[in-house]
Amino acid sequence: MGDHSDGTPANSDAVAKAGHNEVDKFQDPGLPPHRLRLADTDPKAAKRAERQVAILFGISIVGTLVFLLAYFGIRLDDTIATLRLQNLFMGLGIGFAMLGIGTGIVHWARALMPDHEVSELRHELRPEADRVAAVQIVDDIVEETGIKRRPLIRNTLIGAMALAPLPAIAIFRDLGPLPGNSLRHTLWKKGERLSRDPDGTPIKASDVTIGSAFHVIPESLNKLETGKLNEKAKAVVLLMRLNPEDLHPSPGREDWSYNGIVAYSKICTHVGCPVALYEQQTHHLLCPCHQSTFDLTRECKVIFGPAVRPLPQLPIAVDGDGYLVAQSDFHEPVGPSFWERG
Amino acid sequence: MSTITEAPFEPQTSAGRITNFVDQRVGGSGILREFGRKVFPDHWSFMFGEVALYSFVILLLSGTFLTFFFDPSMAETHYTGSYIPLKGVEMSVAYSSSLNISFDIRGGLFMRQVHHWSALLFVAAVAVHMLRVFFTGAFRKPRELNWVVGGVLLILSMAAGFTGYSLPDDLLSGNGLRIIDGVMKSIPVVGTYISFFLFGGEFPGNAIIGRLYMLHIMLVPAMILLMIAIHLFMVVIHKHTQYPGPGRNDGNVVGYPLGPVYAAKAGGFFFIVFGIIAFVAALFTINPIWNYGPYDPSPVSAGTQPDWYIGWVDGALRLMPGWLFNIPLEWHIPLPWGVNTLSLNVLIPALVPAGIVFTLLFAYPWIERWVTRDDREHHVLDRPRNVPTRTAIGVAGFIFYCVMWAAASSDLIATHFQVSLNDVTYWLRALFFIGPILGFIIAKRVALALQRKDREIALHGRETGRIVRLPHGEFQEMHAQLDDYKRYKLVGFESPVAEEGIPNENGIVTKTERRRAMLSSFFFEDRVAPATPLELAAGHEQHEAIEAGEDAKEVSH
Amino acid sequence: MKALSQKRRHPLAALALLVLGLMLTGGLYAIATTVNAAKADTTTSSASQVKEGEKLFVANCATCHGVGASGTKAGPSLAGVGAAAVDFQVGTGRMPLQMQGPQAREKPAQFTTEQTRELAAYVATLGDGPALPAEEFIDGKGDAAVGGELFRVNCAMCHNAAAAGGALTRGKFAPALAGVSNSHIYSAMITGPQNMPVFNDANITPEGKRDIITFLNTIEAQGSPGGAALGSVGPVSEGLFLWTAVLGVIIGFTIWLTSRTS
Repeated sequence: MGDHSDGTPANSDAVAKAGHNEVDKFQDPGLPPHRLRLADTDPKAAKRAERQVAILFGISIVGTLVFLLAYFGIRLDDTIATLRLQNLFMGLGIGFAMLGIGTGIVHWARALMPDHEVSELRHELRPEADRVAAVQIVDDIVEETGIKRRPLIRNTLIGAMALAPLPAIAIFRDLGPLPGNSLRHTLWKKGERLSRDPDGTPIKASDVTIGSAFHVIPESLNKLETGKLNEKAKAVVLLMRLNPEDLHPSPGREDWSYNGIVAYSKICTHVGCPVALYEQQTHHLLCPCHQSTFDLTRECKVIFGPAVRPLPQLPIAVDGDGYLVAQSDFHEPVGPSFWERG
Repeated sequence: MSTITEAPFEPQTSAGRITNFVDQRVGGSGILREFGRKVFPDHWSFMFGEVALYSFVILLLSGTFLTFFFDPSMAETHYTGSYIPLKGVEMSVAYSSSLNISFDIRGGLFMRQVHHWSALLFVAAVAVHMLRVFFTGAFRKPRELNWVVGGVLLILSMAAGFTGYSLPDDLLSGNGLRIIDGVMKSIPVVGTYISFFLFGGEFPGNAIIGRLYMLHIMLVPAMILLMIAIHLFMVVIHKHTQYPGPGRNDGNVVGYPLGPVYAAKAGGFFFIVFGIIAFVAALFTINPIWNYGPYDPSPVSAGTQPDWYIGWVDGALRLMPGWLFNIPLEWHIPLPWGVNTLSLNVLIPALVPAGIVFTLLFAYPWIERWVTRDDREHHVLDRPRNVPTRTAIGVAGFIFYCVMWAAASSDLIATHFQVSLNDVTYWLRALFFIGPILGFIIAKRVALALQRKDREIALHGRETGRIVRLPHGEFQEMHAQLDDYKRYKLVGFESPVAEEGIPNENGIVTKTERRRAMLSSFFFEDRVAPATPLELAAGHEQHEAIEAGEDAKEVSH
Repeated sequence: MKALSQKRRHPLAALALLVLGLMLTGGLYAIATTVNAAKADTTTSSASQVKEGEKLFVANCATCHGVGASGTKAGPSLAGVGAAAVDFQVGTGRMPLQMQGPQAREKPAQFTTEQTRELAAYVATLGDGPALPAEEFIDGKGDAAVGGELFRVNCAMCHNAAAAGGALTRGKFAPALAGVSNSHIYSAMITGPQNMPVFNDANITPEGKRDIITFLNTIEAQGSPGGAALGSVGPVSEGLFLWTAVLGVIIGFTIWLTSRTS
């Protein structure tokens, strides 16, 4: 574009600031002349296209047969390999069956059906007279109801209509129970043993060596008849052991750990994913969903990501048999924040 | 009411006889006369709506198959199917039946993969179709309402996708539901109640799968069908838009008649889309639920992400910092009855970006109409370069979306490009603000540059690569002039100019009007006017001189 | 240099460069000794293994871990890490460390199996630690379903449910587990290399570890029933594939469909 053969300054860069001249406009030259295709002029080409379309339809027939063969011919025998084979050939079969038909029809349309572009006039959506009449009718109807002249009727109607959907909302009340304070309690209570997820065997303090991470559930969880997942969703805990000098407990929480063993809720305070990624050298806990990072050495304070609150700590102790037990429930609700949390 | 004496019409062909038979009983000849030869313009970018429609049809077909075998119960069971690594594992009936569809029902795995791939394609096609409509200005009068219907369809398609994603009750979708639960609980005042009502109590409860199933197979598809019907009805009323070009204007529609060419192409295209999806489902695994295991609130898998169309919201959740310069974004508000919690760290990313995107999306036709004061019907599309500001706004919005979208895969970006996860987040946070601005500036400059190139070509023709030496020794490259048809394509567009505020009847330019004038200059200040015949003529005089010189040279040889 | 440029922004870049220089020198030295060591008699008793291991250690490891493996600023003490740790770190090529970084990367092992055993035998004498896994627990003949449950609870959050790997903080990551030998998987669980937690026998019993290994072997051997797995990293790769490949093919067809034939 650098070459301007007319020798004048590059007026193509002109950025017009004024209105343009309506008269000085290119006139629409109309539709370009129709250009014939090879198949329109050469009967051989037309014949060739016809054969190609037929071949494509033939491919489709073969594809359907391949599907049927794969469905009835391949016996599933509990191995993944046969399943993969069947899926592959059924898919390829349908794929060819469909693509054969599709490309065949399209090729037929492109090469053999008339390809004259047609110009059709658009009509106004509605002639103005119609529109005037319609507006008039609506105005008349509104006028005849007298709704504008009788505000009492209008206002009470609006009131009635506004209230009418309320039953439709109220009727859904029994979709679920009210929250109550169920979000504030978990299965953990004084003396509840910490046990391994998923088998529920209790954990001895001596089992937890430095650098370990145990995924923990309350011992009584697996004995629940109903609502097991609901309780598990609140009660899961991650148990780790650090050097005691790496822990920096705040006043009042010094005895919540045992010999460097600490237990924290596994439920992210952001939106509730399990924060289960423990880096045993940096002592960071990472949530795999939104990357909130918690510092275990500083009572799981948030050091990165969208979470605000630290993970709740479960106070633990050791019972007479050397098993780890909870001192109490969590001291605050676990998991994501909610309006009533306080 | 023909009289007996009149000889009844007897068609000569068998197709004709069938048509006649049906028409005498149903009376469809009016419809056929209206539609049989209706003209549709042809362009590849017009096909995405059809891709969406066809993938929806495929979704209905494959989905129906799946409902015959899927059991949306959350009752506990032990898996007894043939997938060895899950034998005997405790799981819900919903997950177990999904596994059975995958492993023990012939063709079940294939249908699941067809269903899921076409779901991804459906939403993608809707999105690409809307991008096409936006960038070509097809939303302008009289199609504003159809644009809104399209936006509703986009939201519905996302809802359909999400409710379906959760049904297998696997670990991945269960953690997705848990995130939804956490987001809902952050809603002030009613959030906890909404969560309890949706899940039938505490998360996860045993009601959610059944409820989502009902939404997924009845309510949402029914609404989509209704919206599609309205959408297509309006397309018929408006007739299709067309790209600018010789012979095309707002008063006509140029293309192929529905029967046979367009119908054949469109019908054939259904089979093509189906075929492509079948190939993909044959060759590529999607949503391997057997990898994820049954839902259990304790485990989670690295790389827990939603399907692509929810990704941008998940990305926004990831980008939002919980603490802003030591200010926590979770507020504890003391109220007379106690302290209430406001989780801005969840609410803002969950609501604000989606709010911005959808508000602007729905309002844009009216915004542009107000700025341009353009009340005419438009049936000829804009080439994106000829409306630089709209194109730039679209690109900025697209980048805004894409940054959040990328953020949803921050962990995979980190592992695959061997960079730090935290650095990826920091960069994306910066891009969240800078990206759309850069995108706007660059897109606008590119559009203006392309317009200048068009002008150049319209006035001076294409470079031929032929170098000519003039009598006085100068070398010049010869340019081949365009023919009238090709030139018209480059010059046949409107280029509005920025408007001053218009005084009202009292001669006062109101505040609203001044704002409109500001927006108008934002839209149209930078403009490249289309080339005019006068400019062309001025150029031609020069060219003719050169060409004459060349002829003279040839004679002298 | 491409690998280096990715690390350039790291605050420890200068230190890394220094260590790299040292490593290169050490590496050359190591190659020289490797050649010598390869000639050593391989049918020696345990005592001579320890002796050979000590020689290898002094030549290749003592720079960072200190003479007698008592640890320096550049590398931790190895007393009590056990033979399993050496087997994992050296056997997978993570040690000797190529360069400082967020974490040691797997690379072709620098020592032969025999030399690794000698090193392990030597380090095992420095203090009690996890021994090499017994053959019966790494035979991959446990219960894949039980192993799968254990894997999802204890491993999937870092390594991904299909063992495809995942990201940790600040450039660290949990590697994919395909292609890792059973004995290395077992060693990793009992020793907790780098930032991986330790899964001692009280946490996951040896039988449980055997089940996990069986699970990993099973899913690796069977492959994906639905065709190519797209990296097994979940919806992101599926979405990416759709937006690039599938949509690309569809656009190709639309262009063909709407173009005129010649």
